[in-house]
Amino acid sequence: MARINSPFELEELRKQILSVRDPNKPCITLCAGSACNASGSREVARSLEEEIQKQGLSSTVDIRQTGCHGYCERGPIIVVGPEKICYFQIKPEDIAEIITETIVNKKVVDRLLYVDPATNEKIVHEHDIPFYKNQERIVFGANSSVDPKSIDDYLAIGGYSALAKALSQMTPDGVLQEVKKANLRGRGGGGFPAGVKWEGSRNAPGDIKYVIVNADEGDPGAYMDRSLLEGNPHAVLEGLAIGAYTVGCSEGYIYVRQEYPLAVENIFTAIRQAEEYGLLGENILGTGFSFKVIVHQGAGAFVCGESTALMTALEGRAGEPRPKYIRSNVVGLWGRPSVLNNVETWANVPLIINKGADWFTSIGTETSKGTKIFSLVGKITNTGLVEVPMGTPIKDIIYTIGGGIPGGKKFKAVQTGGPSGGCLPESLLDLPVGFDELTKAGSMMGSGGMIVMDEDTCMVDVARYFLDFLTDESCGKCVPCREGMRQMLKILTNITQGKGREGDIELLEELAETAIEGALCALGKSSPNPFLSTLKYFRDEYEAHVKEKRCPALSCKELISFYIEPEKCKACMTCARKCPSDAIISGKNLIHIVDQEKCTKCGTCFDVCPPRFRAVTKISGVPVPPPIPEEARTIVREKQK
Amino acid sequence: MSEILFEIDGKQVTAKEGMTLLEAAKTVGIKIPTLCYHEKLEPFGGCRLCIVEVESRGWTKLAVSCVYPVEKNIIVRTRSEKVDRIRRMILQLLLAHAPDAFDLQDLAKEYGADKDRFEKEPSFCVHCGLCVRYCDEVKKKNAIGFVDRGIRKEINFIPDIAAKECWNCKECFPLCPTEALQAAFVLVEALAFPAAEAAKG
Ligand SMILES: Cc1cc2nc3c(=O)[nH]c(=O)nc-3n(C[C@H](O)[C@H](O)[C@H](O)COP(=O)(O)O)c2cc1C
Ligand code: SF4
Ligand code: SF4
Ligand code: SF4
Ligand code: FES
Ligand code: FES
Repeated sequence: MARINSPFELEELRKQILSVRDPNKPCITLCAGSACNASGSREVARSLEEEIQKQGLSSTVDIRQTGCHGYCERGPIIVVGPEKICYFQIKPEDIAEIITETIVNKKVVDRLLYVDPATNEKIVHEHDIPFYKNQERIVFGANSSVDPKSIDDYLAIGGYSALAKALSQMTPDGVLQEVKKANLRGRGGGGFPAGVKWEGSRNAPGDIKYVIVNADEGDPGAYMDRSLLEGNPHAVLEGLAIGAYTVGCSEGYIYVRQEYPLAVENIFTAIRQAEEYGLLGENILGTGFSFKVIVHQGAGAFVCGESTALMTALEGRAGEPRPKYIRSNVVGLWGRPSVLNNVETWANVPLIINKGADWFTSIGTETSKGTKIFSLVGKITNTGLVEVPMGTPIKDIIYTIGGGIPGGKKFKAVQTGGPSGGCLPESLLDLPVGFDELTKAGSMMGSGGMIVMDEDTCMVDVARYFLDFLTDESCGKCVPCREGMRQMLKILTNITQGKGREGDIELLEELAETAIEGALCALGKSSPNPFLSTLKYFRDEYEAHVKEKRCPALSCKELISFYIEPEKCKACMTCARKCPSDAIISGKNLIHIVDQEKCTKCGTCFDVCPPRFRAVTKISGVPVPPPIPEEARTIVREKQK
Repeated sequence: MSEILFEIDGKQVTAKEGMTLLEAAKTVGIKIPTLCYHEKLEPFGGCRLCIVEVESRGWTKLAVSCVYPVEKNIIVRTRSEKVDRIRRMILQLLLAHAPDAFDLQDLAKEYGADKDRFEKEPSFCVHCGLCVRYCDEVKKKNAIGFVDRGIRKEINFIPDIAAKECWNCKECFPLCPTEALQAAFVLVEALAFPAAEAAKG
């Protein structure tokens, strides 16, 4: 690779790359993101290469392995260009047929198409599939068209043109004004305006300053930052370099968790390629601006994502938050001004520079501009990564894109904002997603985790679950967090076990206040959120647990019993055979009874009782009816002719 | 260094730039309760007992006085209903671990903290970090440190360093607000069963 010495040469190179690429040449794009790899994408890739060889098509077909497309649940995914015919859940055995049919004979392989569950129709093109159709993928979209290991792919879609523009046509102050005008707010936590943060560092005294990428992403179930780094690392690097130019830094860090090996690998490759082209390093594009990027692999405790803890870890010490009342954009890494932004925040920057603040602010709500990537998981038909404009109603994300709740169950709540976010009830489904909207409702945007819960979820148990996670992940330095959470977790556990006492809710509220007001870092300060938001919207569930020892969702094991309704039991013996603890008193033609003493509440009988009988029920808060008398247990079957 | 004028509990205070609220309060004889603070050591900000109310430009917030730098024209209240309530809760949380610590008992009386509010889990160590930081910052030996995190966090002597250094030093023992019980015990344990310690660590 030859070094590029000016913005002009960059454009020349881009033209040259495009000139040898025929947009009409068939191209098979295979998702090789982490999720798809886990479901067999590597084997598919191998058979793809072999088959192309075998059929002698190496020069007529391109193969491109990309990062995550978002619809991981249906992976491995293949998109055949230029038409963008989309095939899901591909196995190596399918490859020969795809190549013979779609590439050679120009025919669609029907059986591999997506079937719209609503209409039962088969859909051929990616952009017509409801999951994709209703998104606006300005940041994430490029993931499905670039090979993250090829800088030329990124250059082909206009990559590094924003950096070239900033360096050659704009002053650092001009860039700053553009980012401020775009009102780009942080995608990693608090939604702090990036431009304001940059300005603070830019104006802070000192010659040495740093820009840092927060790629720690510790939220359970969230993986948007990982997917961006894996799938489009150059976009993050380009944003970071623009930030560095603006703030006046010559050194940047990427703090990425070790558990993301593919992200680490791809970011290293990307940095090396960018350096070879002279897009990073000394005298970038001949403009005199120099910028070096260093990757730091974190051991990955959730608290290391907190800004002061992350910087402490970067300095090589234990990743514990520091008690500082001076912002780290003024006194940060090694005591120097440091701008820390999230992966997705950085990836938005090149778009803003290229298309302008006015374009960016035309997307979104009054106070939340642009799009946001959400990680949609839980009791939802289409699990995956979803990018929508700010202001999109939650309902659209869950139903139109997410395909609603599977199994005919009822929606109960959606948890947003990661472990210290909050749960929103059905009455708030129309709420538009945005930083302030979510915060006002008692939840938060956080980094974009979205966990959907159905009617079988107990909200007290949900609060307990998240508190359990946070208790484990807290650094343990300060008392309100370490000790307060320990007590909150104990009380919540007791409540879910039917040992709740009068006054528990009030005591939890008092502990919540102590954490909010007294904890050292945002982990502790926000740790009561799961409790407070579930209490706000589902107080009746807390009261049912405490006062009536009843779990309304029929989920807390200690508070439920399994009971066979005598009128419904057909003595089919299915449950008795499957019960792992021999707790079902059974017999041919005898109505079955659950021996409550022996029952371990595993729920097997409930799951296996044939749907046409539905004889097993869960009950909570009321005594189990006494077993029916021995003489009434015999079922007299109608004689079959 | 420029002088900074502000108010604590109704008293006018003149402080030097860079001073913390806690230090400034001391100069005018106002006592703020602390547990993890020590003059010779870097502020740790872990116990949160020294929390106070700070009013600045019409806004009131809570701040931790051992790390909060003095600012012009702020109004500081070291006691208020809210401050007392939070201090009381912090004390109650600590008393579950160290019900017999004298300092905590005295403070409990002053703030009406109920030492039996939470189920006892006497572990003696209240994680103030004084021993750990003293050994690191003053003695520069690092013979004792915290291991693990969250509620599993514990102090631990590093057996090979402790065997060489600790018997003749023990300067951290009297710093311990829970009467050195924990430090002494852990030290003995570490030296008596170094193999077990090593396996743990
Ligand atoms: C306990 C805790 C964990 C966090 N984890 C992350 C994380 O994994 N990734 C991230 O980008 N921000 C995380 N944050 C938020 C960061 O501290 C910080 O606000 C953010 O990286 C700033 O970038 P932004 O303004 O672009 O969002 C976390 C915050 C806390 C308190
Ligand atoms: S709030 Fe929790 S995580 Fe943060 S410093 Fe305190 S103990 Fe550590
Ligand atoms: S819940 Fe499990 S243990 Fe109890 S009766 Fe049903 S299958 Fe048996
Ligand atoms: S042993 Fe004592 S001095 Fe050391 S951290 Fe624990 S309570 Fe503090
Ligand atoms: S990893 Fe393939 S779609 Fe997400
Ligand atoms: S003395 Fe200030 S936090 Fe402990």
